[in-house]
Amino acid sequence: MLHIVVCIKQVPDSREIRIDPKTNTLIRQGVPAIVNYFDLHGLEEALRIKDEHGARVTVVTMGPPSAEKALKLCVSMGADEGVLVSDRAFAGADTLATSYVVALTVQKAEQEWGPVDLVFCGKQTLDGDTGQVGPGVACRLDIEQLTYVEKVEHLDPKTREIIVHRHLEDGVERVKAKLPVLITALTELNEPRRASLPGVIRGTRYQPVVWTTNDFEDIDRSKIGLRGSPTIVSKTWVPDPRAVNTKVLEDESTDAAANHLLDELLATDLPQKLGWVKEAVSVG
Amino acid sequence: MAEQRKRKPMIGLQTDGDVDWSEYRGVMVVVEQRAGQAKPVSWQLLGEASRLAKKLEAPLMALVIGSDVHHLAQEAIYHGADKVYLCDSLELGPYRTRPYSRVCLHVIRTYKPEIVLMGATYTGRDLAGAIATHLPTGLTADSTQLDVDEDRLLLASRPAFSEKMLATILCKQFKPQMATARAGVFEALPRDESREGEIITVAPQMSVDEIATDVLEFLEAADRVNLEEAEIIVAGGRGLGGPAGFAVLEELAHELGGVVGASRAVVDVGWIGHEHQVGQTGATVRPKLYFAIGISGAVQHVVGMQNSGCIVAINKDPEAPIMKISDYAIVGDLFQIVPAITKAVRERKAAGWAPSPFSATRQEQPVPAGQ
Repeated sequence: MLHIVVCIKQVPDSREIRIDPKTNTLIRQGVPAIVNYFDLHGLEEALRIKDEHGARVTVVTMGPPSAEKALKLCVSMGADEGVLVSDRAFAGADTLATSYVVALTVQKAEQEWGPVDLVFCGKQTLDGDTGQVGPGVACRLDIEQLTYVEKVEHLDPKTREIIVHRHLEDGVERVKAKLPVLITALTELNEPRRASLPGVIRGTRYQPVVWTTNDFEDIDRSKIGLRGSPTIVSKTWVPDPRAVNTKVLEDESTDAAANHLLDELLATDLPQKLGWVKEAVSVG
Repeated sequence: MAEQRKRKPMIGLQTDGDVDWSEYRGVMVVVEQRAGQAKPVSWQLLGEASRLAKKLEAPLMALVIGSDVHHLAQEAIYHGADKVYLCDSLELGPYRTRPYSRVCLHVIRTYKPEIVLMGATYTGRDLAGAIATHLPTGLTADSTQLDVDEDRLLLASRPAFSEKMLATILCKQFKPQMATARAGVFEALPRDESREGEIITVAPQMSVDEIATDVLEFLEAADRVNLEEAEIIVAGGRGLGGPAGFAVLEELAHELGGVVGASRAVVDVGWIGHEHQVGQTGATVRPKLYFAIGISGAVQHVVGMQNSGCIVAINKDPEAPIMKISDYAIVGDLFQIVPAITKAVRERKAAGWAPSPFSATRQEQPVPAGQ
């Protein structure tokens, strides 16, 4: 049976974060913690594979004890096991340190529940927005990475062949690979299911597996948490609101306003920047 | 892992012993291309990197990987590079993470740039994440400002918390310092054929049979909505009154060679597809010209478009928040004003000036070298 590991993260819903206009700091109070929604699309795809081919789905997350709730949600949707990797020593990790711990976790999940065939991650997190952890984990596990996947076209557990569609700026790439692979999921991949009533009951009762640094025998403590993170945030600031002197065009007719606008735009450096050619009147 | 697996995991990657970081000198840009055409972001990054290299008094390097891409090495020189590392081989035709990253690792370890930059595109992010883990080093995603300080540290600044804040990120521990940077933020140097530089050929680092992925085909989406790279966006909101309202926007966008955008409100009610959405949970854009039509200017929209070069707002409400951040505002009925602008553009084009045939779905045509 296939073994699929889904990596998730509980994040503050950054869409709800506001800036305090007086102090210019983030207001985190009352911001709901959600499962990073790209990750839910990864989970949904894993569950669809489980429905079709049969699979064991293990969900893993690194985070504070409160992230148990996120794992319970995943189990209620249909995941078999949820693992919370939690330790104060992991705090302050950047993407490099995070991918180290997540890779160790996938490796340990493999020892516990069998060889891993597929790893799903979201394309990026809402709070970090980097998209670097997925490639980092694939690199550390030394498996192929298929990022920005919007469709799993084909998966054959026997031949271990997988064909996915990768979303790029200018089109779609069909890529074939052999399992094991790591996939990062886009929202276009699928529509995550709602938990069924029995699922909700199972999720509520479920107690996630918790691993701390002591559960990883060979963990290199210089590679985790703040210490294992080469990037440092040296400062943060709230950018000034776009400071402009708005020119309100108050012409008599709409045609006049339209031409007024074009006159204004043509007088700026826009034509040059946009490559608009202002040809001489005497052409020909 | 499964029995098919021959490779061994290499989980805790690290540098080999003590490394003398002071040997690392120079700023390198990894040039992204498809089918021999460079992405504009590559030349934009070379432009910004040339400024950093001057400040550091260090060489400006470019890395070109692909199949039949020698002309891009020459182009990189025309766009400012002093040294270009070129890995040109048949199996490097379509981008694939592993063979490309192995070439990057080899070049970085051999030629030791202190800074490595690439576009924050899908491909750039895919590649940068793999390389930074491998080296290992620190990587900043999606930078919109780059600078260096007197200690030769790269100051890479990027939006955080859904564009509400900016954060400057440093990597003191390792070299090279890596960052991906957004398209459309930095200016390319004017292409100059009199520039001279050195091209250094690099061998591929993986044999064909070691490569386990296969790009079956690339389906170009000619009509793909490419907001991130668009130079002109004509965006609409609730003021359009319904899905049919987008027709007038499409006409203007078509006339200007722009792309149609939308606010979350109208995407949520299904007037237009999510691929058109600007703002949080949609695209963050910085076109040179942005039309906000019938858009009130909710914060979640504004964070996605406030870095546009020039903003034109058209709204019946003179008090709409969007007006305050716009360069030009026209108060009135958009169904009269927008067609009037489209008509005026047509007349002007007929009379002599024309917006270039640029369209956001099309890439710049590189001029092959030596022709």
